[in-house]
Amino acid sequence: MQRFINNPDDLVDEAVRGFVKAHRDLVALHPDNARVVVSRTAPECGRVGLVTGGGSGHEPAFMGYVGRHMVDAVAVGELFSSPTAKSFYDAIRAADAGNGVCVLYGNYAGDNMNVKMAARMAAKDGIEVRTVVANDDVCSAPLEEREKRRGVAGEILMWRAGGARAATGASLEAVQATAQKALDATRSVGVGLAPCTLPANGRPNFEIAPGTMEVGIGHHGEPGMEVVDLKAADAVADDMLDIVLAEQNLVAGDTVSVLVSGLGATPVNELYILYDRIATRLDAMNVEIMQPLVGNYFTSLEMMGATLTVMKLDDELRALLATEASCPGLKVTP
Amino acid sequence: MAELDSDFIARFFRDAAIRLEERRDELCQLDGFVGDGDHGTSMANGFAALTELVRGSSSHARGPAALLREAADRFLSHVGATVGPLYATGLLDTAQAMEKDAPWQVREFPRFMAGIARGIARRGKAGQGDKTMLDAWLPATRAAQASLARGASAAEAARDACEAAAEGARATASMIASRGRAARLKERSIGHRDPGAVSAAIIIEALAETVEATPEAH
Repeated sequence: MQRFINNPDDLVDEAVRGFVKAHRDLVALHPDNARVVVSRTAPECGRVGLVTGGGSGHEPAFMGYVGRHMVDAVAVGELFSSPTAKSFYDAIRAADAGNGVCVLYGNYAGDNMNVKMAARMAAKDGIEVRTVVANDDVCSAPLEEREKRRGVAGEILMWRAGGARAATGASLEAVQATAQKALDATRSVGVGLAPCTLPANGRPNFEIAPGTMEVGIGHHGEPGMEVVDLKAADAVADDMLDIVLAEQNLVAGDTVSVLVSGLGATPVNELYILYDRIATRLDAMNVEIMQPLVGNYFTSLEMMGATLTVMKLDDELRALLATEASCPGLKVTP
Repeated sequence: MAELDSDFIARFFRDAAIRLEERRDELCQLDGFVGDGDHGTSMANGFAALTELVRGSSSHARGPAALLREAADRFLSHVGATVGPLYATGLLDTAQAMEKDAPWQVREFPRFMAGIARGIARRGKAGQGDKTMLDAWLPATRAAQASLARGASAAEAARDACEAAAEGARATASMIASRGRAARLKERSIGHRDPGAVSAAIIIEALAETVEATPEAH
């Protein structure tokens, strides 16, 4: 393995420490929990708190989205592994200003259990907790079993909408409803070109034969819909767009938010090649793109590949996306 | 007959921690096929935290149910993934059962196993055949209950539980996972034993050894 690692057992703690030092203007480490990162602006009087969390290895997710008008606190897990219930609980407490906390996280077995137990612990402290479980990954289950779908890069747009709504001083119910609406309007797909290696394990966690690509691959190498011959970038972009638009019912005059994220090892210029085609096609459909994001926003260690996320915007979501947000992973100035 | 007291639980935790530490790498490798390769670390670290809890004689001051509740807390603060909440809930459910009619005798150890299995099933919404740790816990619990019903000694029942757990863990190799991370792999999960079932069999080995080490169990 060609990696910058001291000891595999320490890599999460060291990465979190480095992250907090690098972004100390925006975030701080929780005083009693080295696996919880808290926004400098949290808790904020009169505002609902937002929490998320997940396994490490997806940087800048999840801790990169802690900041102003984004998430207030994040629980950090081992590589590709849910944080502890205690970490989610500590994050909830750190985010709570007395107005309740909304936990916006991805649909994975460990996260579901740990968030549920953390919410129960917080309830004993009198903190009201609501949750929204992201399931934007189209290929992880058919539409009629949407509750089984995984959460992927679309979570960023959910945090953005939820964070912007919370910033208006809206109630816990209202923030939850907005985050849920943003999620319901969001679809993602991933295409994998090469696997990643967990340092403790030492070998690739799955295989993709040279010259092929896996359409619908998950953020941890979960199998996709099909393995096909690798195509030219435009054809890959077309396939990805077709998959997410199949459930979007876009018509001329609609506005969308588009996120193209690398999975870790794909060069950023290739992401722009994909985006060039995606933007051309949406333009031809007379669909407006608001605030496109192209880069490594939600990765999977050094997996090669990309995800495409499209969120269909209504007036509320459009207004929320136009507001300021500032976190290590994303800066929006109106 | 000896009681299933805090001292018994402390010995069980220590024995399980040693066995899981010895097999940390093997469990991680197994998890590498179907999960994220850290199951050995999660389990070894989790039980090491329980050993820390029962270090010295202070653990003996609390009742066994209170000790199990603290053990559940330790799991929730030291172990994430799915195994943290699953074992925490198993320990909590056992504590609750014990609070109703403690003290239990050592020969009632299948109730201890049943409590853990019940908590795991409740939290994970899984059953036998789902290629999870329950494929070791459920058959082992039933085997121990059946042995005692036949009039076997506690030590014999413990050995039967151990064998049933090992057999249950082996049988997961031919199953398709329907829960957790491995479920995402669908048929790619066939051919590999479930790491959670293998670690459960190791924990049950430790429990059986603790029962057998009780002189009155024979």
